[in-house]
Amino acid sequence: MQSLIWLAIAIPLASAAFLLVAGKRADAWGHWVGVVASSAAFLVGAGALLEMLGQDAANRATTLTLWEFIPGSDLNVNVGLLVDPLSITFVMLITFVGTLIHFYSVAYMEHDVARRRFFAYLNLFIAAMLLLVLADSYLLLFFGWEGVGLASYLLIGFWNHRNEYATAANKAFVVNRIGDIGLIIAMGMMFAAFGAVDFTTVFAEAPEASTATLTAIGLALLLAACGKSAQFPLQSWLGDAMAGPTPVSALIHAATMVTAGVYLIVRSAPIFNGAPNAQLVVAVVGAITLLLGAFIGMAKDDIKKALAASTMSQIGYMMLAAGLGPIGYAFAIFHLLTHGFFKAGMFLGAGSVMHAMNDQVDMRRFGALRGVMVITWVTFGLGWLAILGIPPFSGYWSKDKIIEAAFVGEGWQPWVLGGAALIGAGLTAFYMSRLFFMTFHGKARWTDDVHPHESSPLMTVPMIVLAVGSAFLGLFMATGDRFTHFLEPVTGHAEHHDPVIPIPVIIALTLALVIVGAAVAWMKYGRADVPETAPAGSLATITARNDFFQDGVNRAVFQRPGQHLTRTLVYADAAIVDGAVNKQAHGWARLGEASRKLQTGQVRSYAATMLVGVVLIALIIVVGGL
Amino acid sequence: MNFVTPEIAWAPLTPILIVLGAAAAAVLIEAFIKTPATRRLVQLTVTIGALAVALGMVVVQWVGLGDSAGTVVMTGKITVDAQSLAWQAMLLVFGILAALLFAARTADGEESFTSLGSVPPGSTEERLARRAGLQVTEVYALLLFAVGGMMLFTCITDLIFLFVALELFSLPLYIMVALARRRRLLSQEAALKYFLLGAFSSAIYLFGAALVYGSTTQIDMESIGIAIDFIPSNDAMLLAGAVMVVVGLMFKIGAVPFHSWVPDVYQGAPTPVTAFMGAATKAAATAALVRVMYLAFYPLEWELSWMFWAVAIASMVVGTVVALVQTDVKRMLAYSAVAHAGFILVAFAGLTPEALTALPFYLLTYGLATIGSFAVISQVRERAEDGGVAAEAVRLGQWAGLGRRSPLLAGAMALFLLSFAGIPLTAGFIGKFEVFSAAVAGGAWPLVLIAVLASAVAAFFYVRLIVLMFFTDVPEGAQDTVAVENDLLTRIVIIVTAAATVLLGIVPSGVLNVLQDAAVFLVSAG
Repeated sequence: MQSLIWLAIAIPLASAAFLLVAGKRADAWGHWVGVVASSAAFLVGAGALLEMLGQDAANRATTLTLWEFIPGSDLNVNVGLLVDPLSITFVMLITFVGTLIHFYSVAYMEHDVARRRFFAYLNLFIAAMLLLVLADSYLLLFFGWEGVGLASYLLIGFWNHRNEYATAANKAFVVNRIGDIGLIIAMGMMFAAFGAVDFTTVFAEAPEASTATLTAIGLALLLAACGKSAQFPLQSWLGDAMAGPTPVSALIHAATMVTAGVYLIVRSAPIFNGAPNAQLVVAVVGAITLLLGAFIGMAKDDIKKALAASTMSQIGYMMLAAGLGPIGYAFAIFHLLTHGFFKAGMFLGAGSVMHAMNDQVDMRRFGALRGVMVITWVTFGLGWLAILGIPPFSGYWSKDKIIEAAFVGEGWQPWVLGGAALIGAGLTAFYMSRLFFMTFHGKARWTDDVHPHESSPLMTVPMIVLAVGSAFLGLFMATGDRFTHFLEPVTGHAEHHDPVIPIPVIIALTLALVIVGAAVAWMKYGRADVPETAPAGSLATITARNDFFQDGVNRAVFQRPGQHLTRTLVYADAAIVDGAVNKQAHGWARLGEASRKLQTGQVRSYAATMLVGVVLIALIIVVGGL
Repeated sequence: MNFVTPEIAWAPLTPILIVLGAAAAAVLIEAFIKTPATRRLVQLTVTIGALAVALGMVVVQWVGLGDSAGTVVMTGKITVDAQSLAWQAMLLVFGILAALLFAARTADGEESFTSLGSVPPGSTEERLARRAGLQVTEVYALLLFAVGGMMLFTCITDLIFLFVALELFSLPLYIMVALARRRRLLSQEAALKYFLLGAFSSAIYLFGAALVYGSTTQIDMESIGIAIDFIPSNDAMLLAGAVMVVVGLMFKIGAVPFHSWVPDVYQGAPTPVTAFMGAATKAAATAALVRVMYLAFYPLEWELSWMFWAVAIASMVVGTVVALVQTDVKRMLAYSAVAHAGFILVAFAGLTPEALTALPFYLLTYGLATIGSFAVISQVRERAEDGGVAAEAVRLGQWAGLGRRSPLLAGAMALFLLSFAGIPLTAGFIGKFEVFSAAVAGGAWPLVLIAVLASAVAAFFYVRLIVLMFFTDVPEGAQDTVAVENDLLTRIVIIVTAAATVLLGIVPSGVLNVLQDAAVFLVSAG
């Protein structure tokens, strides 16, 4: 099946095109086409995985060159796919979670008139995301990268008749553009340094390149990763992206697309391995984002925005791990995988809650839903236990490893990075428990017009499947370091290093902090009454509620000066450049008009033009030759 | 003096003979089938059948070629080699697509061609002929003659014989240009201009061939190439002759300053004929120019390079600049064709082997986009006072808001325009890339720099039409004055050309690899 892996991209892509072209006549059944396409992609991926498991660990990377883009030229660009343990892991995550969410969406979007278009975009996303992770060169990866950006834009703004949703889509698009420039610059530098942008050549030549080159490339890649994965300082779009339908938030803005940045860093391991400074920046960005996300999550009352903040924070963990080098790569991907399950599950749970509560998102008007929505409560609860990192649930196995790895090193680094990771775990426990208790426990604070009920099986079954994953996937993968060994051919073998604090102590500390966080949340939001409107709050709360004034900061630091700059430029442009250009354009137009006059419509003048031309050319060549 | 019967290896000529034979048969069909409707159907079937069979034969020959470069059909006269087979296949594809466009009709059953070519426009006789249901089905025979002549044009290695083939495909074109159903005066004027200027350029060509003969005492290209080595390269007669021969071919390509006919003819000719001419004439003329330059005049490469540079730059600049101020879609594309003639000539810089792959590929991508875009133009019509469909809506303003009314048609047009502009992921990008890299390989990077700048400026007027179609609101009441036709044959052509434009933009390697094998000329043992 590995040689057929291109089908996993082609089938959803064809389905997306079909659904868009088919028009209204496919409205009644189009969504099932989308579901089938996504399932087919999953089956292809599963086949490839089984084939890979039958091979030796050393031979598990297969490059599949589909075609040469432009043969016989210096621009040596092939369109090829790389199937190796890292990419197949992503393929499985994307297609498995993606297919579940396709099923879920059939019910969730049932009453939407544009459901067919929604599935077309979802399929487009699956195809683009698979292209991103399967590409064997940065250029092809970039196509996938832009493709998921496009799908994300279309889906965030899916309900673009609401003005603020359309704005949110634009914001996501613009912020992502900044990151994309990083990827383009990185490709340019690779082409200059190595003469190629395919993984094989770049990674083979990276060890010989100078540290400065690698650092520059690494930082450009980090910029790209920050944009796509909503990492500091390009994090501002993710919260607004919750404007999209909830299945989109689950698939794109929690489980898969936002983790593409982590994929990019881990995939580029040979570059980062030669650039310790770039690695350190990656780790620091991760640490900042994980704390920032956690603080924001503590203050949000909108259930989706709280989950979005949590996503940001969890990806911060992954970035931190990816910045630690070979000891962290495998754990970054491990956490990405378990996070994909439990966060997607919780988003679907949030969608189920919203369905029951007339699309309300304010947790202050939820409460006591565990009685009426048992399945949602249980599945969400398993996701909650997983993200808290309670053993033996999935999150424990992956997050704890990251915290341990963060404490490895010398000097100030382990203390700062490890400390951030440790504190982050406590904060996570607090805000996730707050979210959980406010929604499912305490007293019912429902508005008068809602009558909560459990969702249909089409929605609950995917939630149950994901909950099972949230519960047991980590244990399964961690047993005997199964997953770490699986990834070893890509991420490299990491020597075992002892953290600066003994491992049992770290585990004990983490669990203690988690329990304290959860307990505090229980006291404040489980047992005590939650006010229906948000209290004024301290300065810290207000800061966090407003996303650390990220929009204000962006406005003050980038937008305002940018606007002033552009205004000045526009003025200068109008006065000086445009003056020149307009005059010149007038000149061109006048030239055009003049040469139009030559086109008199009279054959004799045409013939005269030809004759003059021939005589002139012949004279010059003959005389020049003499 | 005894006359030796020439030895002719007929077999490689089969595709050309099929096409010309079908053309002769088509003339007979005109004479023997009386009912116009039946005649049209038979003519269309014979035309497409003959072109398709010929295409099949070309492919069979190509496969049978194996490692050999080709066959000398007639020493010093005709050589069928891989390069000429590639051009022949391309011309046949263009011919089939054009035949489909020729047969297209509006919803009211109106064809692109007049009912009776021999009567004055607007006369009573014309009205009567239309009422009687007459049709000028001779266009199919003319198309076959033109395609046959063009195919022959690509494999001739003799300057005088080349002239015969030139006239063989030009004469049918002159007639076809005059046969427009609507705006016939414009059409007849265009035909007359084309004929007169064509005759003028033929004269220049012949004069040039005579001068070359006078200087080298040879008329077949290979012998000329050998003979040039033995005469001083500043021989005035030789240089003047070479310039004039090249000018005769540049006229057909439509390069500045031999381009004056292009806008008038593109505008006046029936749109299917414009589509065919735009694609096929340029391809055939380029094929012949390649052969003349690579076989005969390559020792003069340095002397003639000045001419190629000047004409290429002039074509790109004039074509682009004048296209900026056009208000008629067909004229705008005509000037774009002039600019593209410049891009084609860029590849001749240095006479590199790369150009032998780049040029056929470029002409293929350009031809497909040309046929597709003129097919789209033929579908956008003015609506007459009585509600019927009238002539094509060619004023730019009439295209406003087309994207909203007919998204697929406008989308296809946008695709062709982007391909003309050379935007990545369309065939035009790969074509430009190939042509420019061939020129760079020939050391002509300043020329390439100008070409890149010219294509950047040219993007402006292509994109302007796209903006007009998709982002401009339709003026009040304008909806009713423009009608969008929905003819099946034309739609097929549009779909095929659009699909090919996308495929060649994303997966060009298959065709490029085939054309790399075509980058050989067979040089006879002599």
